[in-house]
Amino acid sequence: MKKLVEVQNLTKYFPVLGGVFSRPIGWVKAVDDVSFHIYEGETFALVGESGSGKTTCGKTVIRLIEPTKGKIIFEGKEITKLSQSEMRPLRRSMQIIFQDPYGSLNPRLPVGEIIREPLLVHNIGTKKEQEDRVVDVMKLVGLSPEYLHRYPHEFSGGQRQRIGIARAIVLNPKFIVADEPVSALDASIQAQVLNLLLDLQKKLALTYLLVAHNLAVVRHVSDRIAVTYLGKVIEVAETTELFSVPLHPYTQALLSAIPVPDPDVKRERILLQGDIPSPINPPSGCRFRTRCRFAKDICKEKEPPLIDVDGEHYVACHFVKKGKKTEYTVS
Amino acid sequence: MATEYALEEVEKKETYSYWRMVFKRFRKHKLAMTGLVILVAIIITVIVGPLIWRVDPIAQLEGPYELLSPSRDHPFGTDDFARDVLARWFAGGKISLMIGFAAAVSATIIGAVVGLVAGYFGGVVDAILMRIVDILLCIPTFPLLIALASVLGKGVWQIILVIVVFGWMGDARLVRSVVLSLKEEQFTEAAKAIGVSPSRIMFIHFLPNVMAPIIVSTTLGIGSSIVYEASISFLGFGVQAPLASWGNMLQNAQQYIWNAPRLVWYPGLAIFITVLSFNFIGDGLRDAMDPKLYR
Amino acid sequence: MGNNELLLDLRNLQTYFFTDDGVVKAVDGMSFQIRKGEVLGLVGESGCGKSVASLSIIRLVDKPGKVVGGEIIFKGEDLLKKSEEEMRKIRGAEIGMIFQEPMTSLNPVYTIGNQIMEAILVHQDIGEEEAQKRSIELLKLVGIPEPERRFNQYPHELSGGMRQRAMIAMAMSSNPDLLISDEATTALDVTIQAQILELMKDLQKRTGMAVLFITHDLSLVAEMADIVAVAYTGKIVEYSDVRSVFKNPKHPYTFGLLRSVPSLVNEQRKVDLPAIEGMVPSPYHMPNGCHFHPRCPFATDVCRREMPELEEKLPSHYARCFHPVEVSKEVV
Ligand SMILES: Nc1ncnc2c1ncn2[C@@H]1O[C@H](COP(=O)(O)OP(=O)(O)OP(=O)(O)O)[C@@H](O)[C@H]1O
Ligand SMILES: Nc1ncnc2c1ncn2[C@@H]1O[C@H](COP(=O)(O)OP(=O)(O)OP(=O)(O)O)[C@@H](O)[C@H]1O
Ligand SMILES: [Mg+2]
Ligand SMILES: [Mg+2]
Repeated sequence: MKKLVEVQNLTKYFPVLGGVFSRPIGWVKAVDDVSFHIYEGETFALVGESGSGKTTCGKTVIRLIEPTKGKIIFEGKEITKLSQSEMRPLRRSMQIIFQDPYGSLNPRLPVGEIIREPLLVHNIGTKKEQEDRVVDVMKLVGLSPEYLHRYPHEFSGGQRQRIGIARAIVLNPKFIVADEPVSALDASIQAQVLNLLLDLQKKLALTYLLVAHNLAVVRHVSDRIAVTYLGKVIEVAETTELFSVPLHPYTQALLSAIPVPDPDVKRERILLQGDIPSPINPPSGCRFRTRCRFAKDICKEKEPPLIDVDGEHYVACHFVKKGKKTEYTVS
Repeated sequence: MATEYALEEVEKKETYSYWRMVFKRFRKHKLAMTGLVILVAIIITVIVGPLIWRVDPIAQLEGPYELLSPSRDHPFGTDDFARDVLARWFAGGKISLMIGFAAAVSATIIGAVVGLVAGYFGGVVDAILMRIVDILLCIPTFPLLIALASVLGKGVWQIILVIVVFGWMGDARLVRSVVLSLKEEQFTEAAKAIGVSPSRIMFIHFLPNVMAPIIVSTTLGIGSSIVYEASISFLGFGVQAPLASWGNMLQNAQQYIWNAPRLVWYPGLAIFITVLSFNFIGDGLRDAMDPKLYR
Repeated sequence: MGNNELLLDLRNLQTYFFTDDGVVKAVDGMSFQIRKGEVLGLVGESGCGKSVASLSIIRLVDKPGKVVGGEIIFKGEDLLKKSEEEMRKIRGAEIGMIFQEPMTSLNPVYTIGNQIMEAILVHQDIGEEEAQKRSIELLKLVGIPEPERRFNQYPHELSGGMRQRAMIAMAMSSNPDLLISDEATTALDVTIQAQILELMKDLQKRTGMAVLFITHDLSLVAEMADIVAVAYTGKIVEYSDVRSVFKNPKHPYTFGLLRSVPSLVNEQRKVDLPAIEGMVPSPYHMPNGCHFHPRCPFATDVCRREMPELEEKLPSHYARCFHPVEVSKEVV
């Protein structure tokens, strides 16, 4: 399989400003030395607790946020050093669907203009061709072209998300970052939008980087999953593998905490103690150790590297060894 | 299909666009509508008036005709140079309104561009532009206005220039603050994500969002420009005789305030009512366009 | 569960909002009952009136909203007939409430400890010292580490999960008979959410209080509730014990919702989910007849004309539908 996106040692620190002169007094380590790759045509998901750096990571990959360190390779070409104007032509092939379907639409532009804007910006086709394309895309995402001249406030949440999706696919991109595409939607609309995303992937051979916290949703639509914790990727595996053999203690806790819509299923929960530590002062060594029931001294001293334990199953834990051997015991 | 049904529901409620909503709400605003009607009446009067009342506003009558009281021949009487006041009132109105429009519109355009650029780029650009604004704002305007007027000379265009030079800072600040918040909006990030260039973001994506405060500020600015022109003229630096403006008519009239007070009333009331109408309209627009009052 | 004494009997509650654009019937004839020690899960999508219903119960609906009809019988007395003074005594003491947004319901200028103490002092006749001791106990009870230190911290110094737990501590401070929990965990991560759910279950078992558990997440209801009420556009459309609702949903909306949630055990991934088509109607333009008919695959003429009544379709399983779903055993 061909790698479409490759991320090496990606790091993003946000300054924490303070004092009279608004100088940085600390750094939020939103994404800290993260590496992964995304194959062409797959859905790669980032899951993890709120504030673990999923959105930052997704936006940095398409250079909407400037990385502090690290390399981003898109279609075999390094794009980390490109200026924003050099990036502009590349934006044709990489797009983003935002978490907040309303906030990402300009309230004073009619929907037709919002969807046509990418074509205008990249000078694609004549006016007539652009208009036809907008109508086609609207139909594709299930919006009636009658609503071309409407404004975003006249639509429901699900429809607004469709407008956002239409804008993202109008240029026929190869790669789409979907940041929580369904979390703002009502329960009954969520399935509609997920179906649309799956459908578009089949029709247009799209590659998704899906950011989400709903694990049932992630399991349904993604091929591989990366679990993040406090700015680190702590486990990467193929979806069914991750759900059947979670190796990192955090992944295990996360999966066990998913509520199931079935009153007969009583799941054994692994309850974590305490709260997520601050990303400004993450714990030394393994970042999860403060909440890990298996934590030992070594976890405090040394940061575990992300190792491949079994062909394409990566884990960062001192007690997981090659061949999926787990050696952790409650101390 | 079920989806279609639900969409029709949306349609029934809101077939109108943003501007149509503004229009609808503006029409409900009684004070603003009153202002608009009066203003239109004034504009029509100063345009149509001279076509009916064909008297030269500059020509001085031969003979001892100074300061005549109103009569059939001169409905508003004559002034100290024996000129027909009604004719001068028409001509002066045209000039005053033109100065008002031209000055306020240009000031707003300059202010909007400066505000957009300063707000969008931030950093050094912003710091420099905003310091200029601060400096201009803290200089006492009036003496400087007069100084500038005396350097530039006296005339309609000079007056407009002077008013513009001192009139754009408020708009610049206003637009800048709106842009600063727009910059944090997610749709701005969305625009960057599709590769929109900074200038296009400013003028295509931001401009419609700053239109509401801009238009309101322009309407209010027209009123204040007319007053500015009047005050400058009042001090003798404005539109120069024999050309008439409401401002210099008022200025000339001051010496006759005791023996011919009507000479003060005609231009004074006209300015007062015009400015008031513009303020009413501005208020109405502000209410109609404020998204917080939406629904 | 518990004894069978009726605690809250909501009868045909109607709460309307009188807005400039028309009347929003946020709650339009809701009825349900909660017995002592029971957990009632109230589910439904955003805007179906869950929060408004709970605010109506404690009589905190703000203008332009108004309770226009129905009865709220709490311990045998109608809360709608109480004076504001009497209500104040009931709020916090007999009915505890955890609001949907913990960040906005805590006062940012007082410490957590202060606010919990205040809640205790208002309703209980004890001294300051005693109240402080109880507050710290409560903080420990809801699983906040280092309660003595947290006691003196301000809301912004706590994480979202901790603030939520502080809210629970406050709501629990006077051992209420009924706890209303409005989306208490929705904004939280699954691991923190799990912590709080376990905590609520634990406290509920220990003190025997009843809970009105409001959420839009069916999974949470499956986990927490004994009885489930499903709301759609201000009305209850399905009402029964939790097993019956999940195993044998009668209303097409409940049925559709249950099927559209991606499952964790399903073999088939990356296939279309059986979604409910269409969307929730606007509160200003409710369709005639059954409000769900425009999205319902089983709708017929009668559904377009008439609003069905909430009827018993199975023993103590009620649904508001002319054509209740028959779930065959194989589908389940
Ligand atoms: N522009 C910013 N300036 C400073 N800190 C930021 C900024 N954006 C994000 N952060 C911080 O970086 C960390 C990671 O944030 P991010 O939004 O990536 O998390 P996330 O995993 O997407 O969380 P969620 O699930 O809540 O969306 C957080 O601690 C956040 O507060
Ligand atoms: N102050 C208000 N003015 C007008 N309408 C209101 C007001 N408050 C609530 N509503 C309407 O009442 C209806 C029910 O609202 P409610 O907050 O109870 O929904 P909910 O079921 O709690 O939704 P969510 O899951 O989003 O919290 C909605 O249609 C809402 O628009
Ligand atoms: Mg995020
Ligand atoms: Mg609510």
